[in-house]
Amino acid sequence: MSSNDLSHSQHCARIRANPKFQQLVRNRSRLSWSLSAAVLGAYYLFMAVVAFQPHWLHAPLAEGRQLTLGIPVAAGLIVLSWLLTGWYVRSANTRFDAMSADLLEELK
Amino acid sequence: MSRRLLCLGTLLLAPALALAAPIVAEKQPVNLHAIGMFFVFVLGTLAITWWAARQTRSTSDFYTAGGGISGFQNGLAIAGDYMSAATLLGLSSLVFAKGYDGFIYTVAFFVGWPLITFLMAERLRNLGRFTFADIVSYRLDQTRIRTFAAFGSLTVVCCYLVVQMVGAGQLIKLLFGLDYRTAVMVVGVLMLVYVIFGGMIATTWVQIIKAVLLLAGGSTLALLAMAEFGFSFETLAARAVQAHASGWNIMGPGSMLADPVNAASLSLGLVFGIAGLPHILMRFFTVPNAKEARKSVFYATGFIGFFFLVVMVLGYAAIVIVGSDPQFFVGGDVKAALIGGGNMVAMHLAKAVGGNLFLGFLSAVAFATILAVVSGLALAGASAISHDLYATVLKKGTASEQEEMRVTRFATIGLGLIAICLGFLFEQQNIAFLVGLTFGIAASTNFPVLIMAMYWKGLTTRGALAGGFAGLVSALVLVILSPAVWVAVLGNAKAIYPYDHPALFSMPLAFLVTIVVSLLDNSARATRERDAFDDQFVRAQTGLGAAAASNH
Repeated sequence: MSSNDLSHSQHCARIRANPKFQQLVRNRSRLSWSLSAAVLGAYYLFMAVVAFQPHWLHAPLAEGRQLTLGIPVAAGLIVLSWLLTGWYVRSANTRFDAMSADLLEELK
Repeated sequence: MSRRLLCLGTLLLAPALALAAPIVAEKQPVNLHAIGMFFVFVLGTLAITWWAARQTRSTSDFYTAGGGISGFQNGLAIAGDYMSAATLLGLSSLVFAKGYDGFIYTVAFFVGWPLITFLMAERLRNLGRFTFADIVSYRLDQTRIRTFAAFGSLTVVCCYLVVQMVGAGQLIKLLFGLDYRTAVMVVGVLMLVYVIFGGMIATTWVQIIKAVLLLAGGSTLALLAMAEFGFSFETLAARAVQAHASGWNIMGPGSMLADPVNAASLSLGLVFGIAGLPHILMRFFTVPNAKEARKSVFYATGFIGFFFLVVMVLGYAAIVIVGSDPQFFVGGDVKAALIGGGNMVAMHLAKAVGGNLFLGFLSAVAFATILAVVSGLALAGASAISHDLYATVLKKGTASEQEEMRVTRFATIGLGLIAICLGFLFEQQNIAFLVGLTFGIAASTNFPVLIMAMYWKGLTTRGALAGGFAGLVSALVLVILSPAVWVAVLGNAKAIYPYDHPALFSMPLAFLVTIVVSLLDNSARATRERDAFDDQFVRAQTGLGAAAASNH
């Protein structure tokens, strides 16, 4: 068991030392943290407008219309964060998974 | 007035929201359409359970369907887990009453999902096997951390089960004309059958079917309603403004979120609470790999987002169609209360545009929805007892699969009985506080410990325990001091903690204590735990050594 453990952690250490692994980690965390920041930023900006400048959202879409700016903004927030989810999943399932498979293959 | 609005806010705090309201449900005449359609649903799902029982051989089959659920199926099942009957009823009623403020709440319910995708989905799948305690205790003390995480799960599961049970009883009494206790028994017994015999496979299919029914029912209702407005949102808005007592105010932010601290606390609790709900986290272990885990959140997010937008249309349409039709109001007076209580807006709308048959269908969907959510909860609770507490902590991993399965089934029966008894006990109680507590603990205990275990090398056993306890205790104390308990339950005049949700204070406190105690921890164990992060990190990033899917 212990020799097995040792070889497992040696294997992990080799993976960590590999520049491809480091690049994978860098690329992935850059994408996931910036998308998180984008979603949270957009959401809390929206909440700040609700709390401090509600009349911006209450403005009619055009002169004489009953629909207000707030409706497409709130719906847009839902759609936008879904699209960003799609972006991340696409990148992770193609680019990052390929990098990861490549790396594991190389170090087999 | 603003006090009442805040209370309404508490009720809307969870997907269980409307159900938490102490609905003064007067028993309705027995609804045969609804019962007939529900009967069809039950027969169908029991057939699936029978089939699933034959597939369920190992603990892995039982807890996670052997990891053999596809991303698309799991996406639907996650959506089914998250969209409770209350999402349909509570959110549409909120828009009906308050207009745009309801939309703002809806957005808060949604924003947690993209974050789960970006930061958690793949790591959950790569590091965990059956429960989220697997991940938290990956490199920390198995006994203490797992026990703590299991109790965190069980607390959330029990609070949420009670909310669902009481809601189910009231709702079914109202929609089906069944007795409250009969309704609670029916829900409890069916849940036991699904979970004990069919495990995760049956639970997943119940959730998938329910999600499809709910999406189809909601969309059909929205289409029928929009036909009345020539499918023009402009016409809908114009007529809603005309029909609503608040007029033009329903098209912009109103009074409900006027207090920024309350709004911030609420949105923190909602956004991060989702990521600490054990029955939601468990769904990520049912897919074969990280790729499918990511796909499943993408699909789930799409379904949930779409459904929320549909519900917004329902709310605005109901302002015109239900709000100006005297048949839906007590005594036929549109200024009086709605028949069946404020949460019945979507149901009245169904009757107005689709007649009794459609109302029956939607009632059956609501019942099915409750069943799907309680089954997921029971399974998450049972796995915490059998996998975490029994097999790992008590037996130190020496229990055989048969023994673990037996314990799971007993645990499920136990949870089912507790849920039924508490459902009886809380019939007349105001349970709004349980919703705050559920999300408060999820966001302040489960979420901080989980995210730190996945992302922070410096986390140690002591730090995780101290931080988790700090979050748990502060969330509990703040909920007790909040209006939902201090005023509504204990009858004091003024709440000591004036906000509805504890997360704004208890969540940062949990993080702070975790970090400080971990940094101060100089024990030999702490050093080992920090060193073990590097190997965990490799597995989290590449899936190397992650639990694989079993073949069926």
